[in-house]
Amino acid sequence: MNAVLETQNLSKAFGGLVATNDVSFKLPAGARHALIGPNGAGKTTLVNLLTGVLQPTSGRILLKGEDITSLPSYQRVKRGLARTFQINQLFAELTPLQHIVLAISEREGAATGWWRPVGSRSDIVDEAEALLRQLTLTDVRDQRTETIAYGKQRLLEIAVALAAKPAVLLLDEPAAGVPETERHQILDVIAALPAEVTLLLIEHDMQLVFRFAKTISVLVNGGLFVEGPAAEIARDERVKKVYLGEEAVNV
Amino acid sequence: MSLLLSYFRPDTSTAAGTLLAPAHWRPVEILFWLLAASLFWLAPSKVLLLNEIAILALFVLSLDLILGYAGIVSLGHGAFFGLGAYVAGLLGKHGFTDPILGLFVAGAAAGLLGFVTSFLLLRGSDLTKLMVTLGVALILRELANKFSNITGGADGLTGVTIGPVLGLFDFDIFGKTAYAYSLTVLFILFYVARRLVNSPYGLLLRAIKGNSLRTGAMGVPTNRRLVQIYTIAAVYAGIAGALLAQTSQFVSLDVLDFHRSADALLILVLGGSGHLWGAVIGSIAFKFMYDYLAAITPQYWQFWLGLVLVLIVLFGRGGILGFVQKARDWLAYRKGSAR
Repeated sequence: MNAVLETQNLSKAFGGLVATNDVSFKLPAGARHALIGPNGAGKTTLVNLLTGVLQPTSGRILLKGEDITSLPSYQRVKRGLARTFQINQLFAELTPLQHIVLAISEREGAATGWWRPVGSRSDIVDEAEALLRQLTLTDVRDQRTETIAYGKQRLLEIAVALAAKPAVLLLDEPAAGVPETERHQILDVIAALPAEVTLLLIEHDMQLVFRFAKTISVLVNGGLFVEGPAAEIARDERVKKVYLGEEAVNV
Repeated sequence: MSLLLSYFRPDTSTAAGTLLAPAHWRPVEILFWLLAASLFWLAPSKVLLLNEIAILALFVLSLDLILGYAGIVSLGHGAFFGLGAYVAGLLGKHGFTDPILGLFVAGAAAGLLGFVTSFLLLRGSDLTKLMVTLGVALILRELANKFSNITGGADGLTGVTIGPVLGLFDFDIFGKTAYAYSLTVLFILFYVARRLVNSPYGLLLRAIKGNSLRTGAMGVPTNRRLVQIYTIAAVYAGIAGALLAQTSQFVSLDVLDFHRSADALLILVLGGSGHLWGAVIGSIAFKFMYDYLAAITPQYWQFWLGLVLVLIVLFGRGGILGFVQKARDWLAYRKGSAR
């Protein structure tokens, strides 16, 4: 198995509190993997370690075989690890089109051009338009982002990450806070993501997890509790006990 | 003719058109520069004041680049202005009288100081930035005071000689050459800044100001970009200081005074930040307010200035240009609903 993203004995302690405890996993190219766990299980810390917001106490992170453990966030993105945020991190005053043009320009090394105006590279504009169309954002293309519907903002969050053409896309609760009526849009977009992109889904919402994830890791108290194919995890009595409590699961 | 008209009415129906629209020069912008140039002939008695305005506008413009676009707050931007002034003054005093050379050297010196001190701003909150920038400016002022054998200290730097611009235009006592010179430099640097803010790089700066967490997640080396723009802004401020030293052929400790940094911030808020034009309009309004109010109430003019500032921050976010924009939106809305 050729892992595109791998962690080896990854640990993070905040003083005496061990937030990530000896986590090792491998994601093959094109994986549809979900990371689940109860509140306080250490999901956020693990995401922050993977994306370079935090430095691990010990252990390594490999992206396409390369050790990225000590690289800053932006270098990891350059190497193909993009993410979305649980809480939208967008530019309130810019339009969706500007978001995407900027992300593509950065990827193409054109974001430091300081003489020719934004929009003069037609290849970048065309690609941005195509991506906005793919994510059903064409109708809000030129509106200030703070004024568009929350569900659309969640889609833009995904679009910005996709503009980097990542090998691995880390989706941090992509449907969080989206009203029920707009949820299907998010689900459809995730379902249509290119197969070669490796997806790591950090999610609370079991409906979403079981719809997309082929494999699942369950995180408890900072450590990997169990991992395996989605169907097995769904049947696992121990998982039901620690994670799902009394709630019944229908898959 | 129709080609000219189509330039002023950019096609915003396409994606590229909406992106390109802000880079188009509006007629009112061109009109402004023509008017500013014509004042050389129309108001020869006012050129000294106009020269001061042009220099102030360039200085505030440089603050707009970091504050209005990149979101870096500063209470010590005058440090670069003052350094530029002293460098240009010292060059003139020691026989390097070519003004253009002086601008380049002063800009480079200020840029170097900006580059070095920018690293102090990469960590910490806005409050930290305010204190660090303030601290750097205070240190520089004390140094200028202490090394009075070089700077002239409290007596000021005298004996500054500036040669003719391009070897052709001597500085005259009426300030005509001074105004033409300062206005030309302001226009060129305004043009360059206007290119910059409408480029992908300018968009990137606005994005960093909006959310640096997201730009990092886009793969942007955010800190490097902040260092760059801070350095560029320092160069601009240094050139503004050099203009003052050259056109007045004198430098005093006043160029490093705290009030310069504070005024620049105030003027930018007054005019509207993040526009470039806010810096220019704000400078004009500030100088005229000063002239007008100081004539009526010499002791209390700052009272009125303070009042205007409070009103703008409370009710007119976006300054004078923000107000103009709101008025235009309102007119467009009225026109739309009347139909």
